[in-house]
Amino acid sequence: MGWLGLFNYWIVVVLMMIGFYTVVSRGNMAKKIIGLNLFQTSAFIMFISAGKILGGSTPIYREGIEVYSNPLPHVLILTAIVVGIATTAVGLALAVRIHENFGSIEDDLLSEDDSDDETST
Amino acid sequence: MTVTEMMPFGVLIPLIAAPICALLPGRFLPWLTAMLAAVLSALVMAQVLPAAVDEPLRYAFGNWPPPIGIEFRVDAVNGFIGLLVSLMATVILPWARISVNQEIPERQGLFYALFLLAFSGLMGITLTGDAFNLFVFLEISSLSTYALVAMGRPKTAPLSAFRYLIMGTLGATFYLIGVGMLYIMTGTLNMADLAERLPAVADTRAVQAGFAFIVVGIGVKLALFPLHRWLPGSYANAPSAITVFLSSTATKVAVYALLRLVFTVFGIGFAAAMPYAEIFFILGLAGILLPSLWAIQQDNLKRLLAYSSVAQIGYIILGISLLSVTGLTSGLVHLFNHAIIKAALFMCVCTVIYQTGSARISAFQGLGRQMPLTMLAFVLAGLGLIGVPLTAGFISKWVLIQAAIEQDLWLAVVVILIGSLMAVIYIGKVAEAAWIQPPVEGRAPVKEARAGLLIPMYVLVFATYYFGIDTRLTLDFATAGANVLIGATP
Repeated sequence: MGWLGLFNYWIVVVLMMIGFYTVVSRGNMAKKIIGLNLFQTSAFIMFISAGKILGGSTPIYREGIEVYSNPLPHVLILTAIVVGIATTAVGLALAVRIHENFGSIEDDLLSEDDSDDETST
Repeated sequence: MTVTEMMPFGVLIPLIAAPICALLPGRFLPWLTAMLAAVLSALVMAQVLPAAVDEPLRYAFGNWPPPIGIEFRVDAVNGFIGLLVSLMATVILPWARISVNQEIPERQGLFYALFLLAFSGLMGITLTGDAFNLFVFLEISSLSTYALVAMGRPKTAPLSAFRYLIMGTLGATFYLIGVGMLYIMTGTLNMADLAERLPAVADTRAVQAGFAFIVVGIGVKLALFPLHRWLPGSYANAPSAITVFLSSTATKVAVYALLRLVFTVFGIGFAAAMPYAEIFFILGLAGILLPSLWAIQQDNLKRLLAYSSVAQIGYIILGISLLSVTGLTSGLVHLFNHAIIKAALFMCVCTVIYQTGSARISAFQGLGRQMPLTMLAFVLAGLGLIGVPLTAGFISKWVLIQAAIEQDLWLAVVVILIGSLMAVIYIGKVAEAAWIQPPVEGRAPVKEARAGLLIPMYVLVFATYYFGIDTRLTLDFATAGANVLIGATP
């Protein structure tokens, strides 16, 4: 297999790095969540690419077919996609709450430490 | 019903109780449901553990035999951890009811539903024998934990929760990528099956990368030293009950997941061939010293104890980096003992927060005379954290030092002793404020906490001393667990 045959895996690596870099380098919470989604998606593509078997048919039992693609990664990734959506939803909800509390969603401008006296209010 | 059929209910009871809890009105009914679920789950685990020590219990869901279906598999290691988690939930919930009434007066049904989801997720991570199923349970417990942290009263609680979410999701995705690589190389997700098939492909780059992804991913969840940034903020800002519960269970279960994957799935030979022991040894040492130093500098006591938790993880990591039976035993024993001690300490601090409304050390001045029982419990549990003889903390540090001496690692012994001295400083700082300094001027005298808050606290303090004197339960199961992990016959 040349590099074109590994095209999916190149995409996985590129997406993974873009996503990870975005999460780490951006302060804006919406951008962080976008980066997180890209990062997760790259993992999904990796699983699904691994399910393809060269010369394999769709995984439905039929006469005269010997080799089937592997359906299990798709099932696993369906679960992982649901988890990803839930994470995105919780993350965005928290970002909304943070905006209500501070009027900003720039992570770099906010500090957890100034909260110490808030427990008394 | 046999013990094997009963075992999955350790996870299923809280999972089923969670949506029921969410629908119940008022305050008492949701709490009662959660309490019942925790007690039943603990009873199940108390039955399962003795049965699982000799021969692992295996339960295949839907009657699909393991390599195809998902199985729960319990042996001495995870039976021990499962019992710990369910017992901690049982002890903490009566305390939590009073504290939650103050901090989250409304819609408590949802709070307890999330609590049960986090609890069942942790139990699921512990009991499952499937690498992908572990990811799902990891996310169930993590997602509910993010929401619970955000329920804290400080204005910055959602911010802490958001940062935890970003770190936690990165960690979980790292784990998912690692599992994907193992699946691609072996074609199975069952842990026992993986352990059989991995040696044949152990020398490939993909499996080694998978190992690295898995260790880093779970390292985030267990607050391994340089990846611990999410922990202090989350513990400091979460509702008190959640701080106590998380400090005693969440990181402990992640440590278990790491042990299970590194030792059972990859095997000690593979771990020894990777630079795993060296890296963990250094991170363990640094993880004891630096967080202890930061703990000393903290003004907010919840934050102080959170940094101390990171330092205690350092001891556990140091123990398991030694790759010996004694080292693993010390890791497992400390995991159990630290869960009890840290829960007791957080309970004391949160009880003071309940009475005075502040977690600052200045609020503790002179409390020794006004809340003698609470502050006495703090000192007693603090002695356990330091590792004074007759306490549980002494046992785990003793085993750890033995393990280090076995391999002539005197540097580790010195660091353990320095770490204990630093614990004397940060516990002593609080004790000094409470018992020696005069009360805050112009503040109305603080009353002693009510019995409902004191009893669970003293149950944990008693356990700290009980397990320091009678080590049959902890040390025997930890040794059996360490033997299972190393692969030797007990």
